[in-house]
Amino acid sequence: MPVMSYIQAVTVALREEMQRDEKVFILGEDIGKKGGVFGATKGLHDEFGDYRVLDTPLAESAIAGVGIGAAMYGMRPVAEMQFADFIMPAINQIISEAAKMRYRSNNDWNVPMTIRAPYGGGVHGALYHSQSVEAIFANQPGLKIVMPSTPYDVKGLLKASIRDNDPVLFFEHKRAYRLLKSDVPENDYVLPIGKADVKREGSDVTVITYGLSVHFALQAAEKLGEEGIDTHILDLRTVYPLDQNAIIDAAQKTGKVLLVTEDNKEGSIIGEVAAIIAENCLFDLDSPIQRLAGPDIPAMPFSPALEKYFMMNPDKVEKAIRELAEF
Amino acid sequence: MATEKINMPQLGESVTEGTISSWLVGAGDKVNKYDPIAEVMTDKVNAEVPSSFSGTIKELVAQEGDTVRVGNLMCYIDTKGESSGGESQASDQTGKEHNTSAVKDEDNAAERSMKKRYSPAVMKLAQENDIDLQQVEGSGRGGRITRKDIEKLIASNDKPAAPKSETEDEQLSASDHQAQKGDVEIPVTGVRKAIAQNMVKSTQEIPHAWMAVEADVTDLVRYRNIVKEEFKQNEGYSLTFFAFFVKAVAQALKEFPQLNSTWAGDKIIQHKNINLSIAVAKDNELFVPVIKNADEKSIKGVARDINDLAIRARSGKLTSEDMQGGTFTVNNTGSFGSVQSMGVINHPQAAILQVESIVKRPVIINDMFAARDMVNLCLSLDHRVLDGLIVGQFLARLKEIVENTNADTTSIY
Repeated sequence: MPVMSYIQAVTVALREEMQRDEKVFILGEDIGKKGGVFGATKGLHDEFGDYRVLDTPLAESAIAGVGIGAAMYGMRPVAEMQFADFIMPAINQIISEAAKMRYRSNNDWNVPMTIRAPYGGGVHGALYHSQSVEAIFANQPGLKIVMPSTPYDVKGLLKASIRDNDPVLFFEHKRAYRLLKSDVPENDYVLPIGKADVKREGSDVTVITYGLSVHFALQAAEKLGEEGIDTHILDLRTVYPLDQNAIIDAAQKTGKVLLVTEDNKEGSIIGEVAAIIAENCLFDLDSPIQRLAGPDIPAMPFSPALEKYFMMNPDKVEKAIRELAEF
Repeated sequence: MATEKINMPQLGESVTEGTISSWLVGAGDKVNKYDPIAEVMTDKVNAEVPSSFSGTIKELVAQEGDTVRVGNLMCYIDTKGESSGGESQASDQTGKEHNTSAVKDEDNAAERSMKKRYSPAVMKLAQENDIDLQQVEGSGRGGRITRKDIEKLIASNDKPAAPKSETEDEQLSASDHQAQKGDVEIPVTGVRKAIAQNMVKSTQEIPHAWMAVEADVTDLVRYRNIVKEEFKQNEGYSLTFFAFFVKAVAQALKEFPQLNSTWAGDKIIQHKNINLSIAVAKDNELFVPVIKNADEKSIKGVARDINDLAIRARSGKLTSEDMQGGTFTVNNTGSFGSVQSMGVINHPQAAILQVESIVKRPVIINDMFAARDMVNLCLSLDHRVLDGLIVGQFLARLKEIVENTNADTTSIY
């Protein structure tokens, strides 16, 4: 089984889906000749040509709008937003059109479109290249938001997103692109959207998180294991709609729950996770539900010291797990 | 860290010593400045002694029951240095050793403070498995019992069993209580069930004793009959005899607060407010709403409250607020024609007074027969709280008040 980086898994999934189904095409800024600013679409223009790999103008609203129109005509577009931060001009298209099309047309029309976007900080990207934007979309029924944490999940979930008959936002952590490597099978496999995944079994403290923070949690858990603190880790993978059963099971497992996100704390995805646990698990809880998140500050700063303060890291997670274990 | 002394404070002018009735803290407990640390009894007041420092109680020098002179040592307290506050806020970057030592300090300080804070998970497991949490050693912070502690106990099969609760309802064998043909079975629910439980609780827990006096209320009856029509016209509701008795009871209770109290195990709580519960029957339900601060109200005020509460009881509009806070019950058994009865005390009050029917009877006054309006006042008392002497005095005073109620002595308004 080949070892692949997170971004290679993106490219592989795109290539395999384009080979499998000629209705699949990709569009975005600099994705053609250049192969994308991160290289996620490298080689695809050469292989599939001008009509299936479209370089677009710098107009995110148009990228989304063209994708929606094509999708309604039966194509399977995969649009790339160069950075998740730049998705803002396309929000009206995504929320008002893509998310609601099936409902408002009484099931006559649907939008089988995937929008990929690199999100997240820790790359000295400052304000416009570090944001986590998932919470903006996470109360829009009709949308799905997938945020994988490993190369294996990237391939399986991106394929599932492209094959899904409704719009999927597929957020890739840009720091994970070259940081994370793992075995990725060569065969054609899909992973279910809407299902969380237990990344580590444990009995003392449950950590529920997603994206790059899953790795910080795994690193912290490894270290704490040496002290006899046994951490259970649930990777949400799909942050909207949430896998309620998996969340409830994970919370019940230890009764001590730590929720981690890189996003600003208030109004983030994990607040909803906390609400699900509070609604369902009162008599299993052995400690208050804890949230570990970025501060409520408008942007991730450029100053390295301040960026470090803002950004999630294994030490912060370790400290929070230990607090709960000792409670 | 510095060790400071906490001494017996001056709890009032001319107070020279105080007896520690109970410690509110133990060695190892963390207290903030001004938190109460002990209850102290002096010949003037019962008071709580506040802590003079923030810190951790090191040693209790004086024991419960000890009498300590003002200014003498009660206990030692370790006060926190300024530095520890800073330590706990140390950022992640500070060395790990630094952090762990801060955590340990915290632990020692908190020690047993979390011992009795149970999480929902722990409560649930303890109940399901009949575990007495008092006997469980906790491994969590501050001695808290964690879910894992309980799970380990259950797995080890060595759990300290909880004492069987006393509330196991009378286990009646089914054969004793089988309905015969033609009998009607009425399920016990709601108010009936609550009444049953309260009555059982009261009679099982409270050693009841009884006493009754007979009062000549001829004047009161005459007075009330003179004013009643006018009162009804002016106020829109009736002036009942009962209002006079309730008011008289409130007045007598003011003079004998011993009857206005509650048995609380290791102490008797004497209530400041005189809140009189009155019994109001509705079909097969019984409500005991409360006339709050009855001693502060005129006879008219009491009559209005009675009228108001009775109407709301019968229309099912009483709120739980209306029923709470009663300190003594006056029961109008006379309204059923009863001339003598033994009331069950309204738990956790200390006594209940039954006002019986007013009946005209021949009475000998100055060696001559006279037709007088007589009433029996029957009182049930909690013998733990009260003895015959006080109750006798109370009833004598009550009798005096009602026998001297007339237009000259008593105003309706």
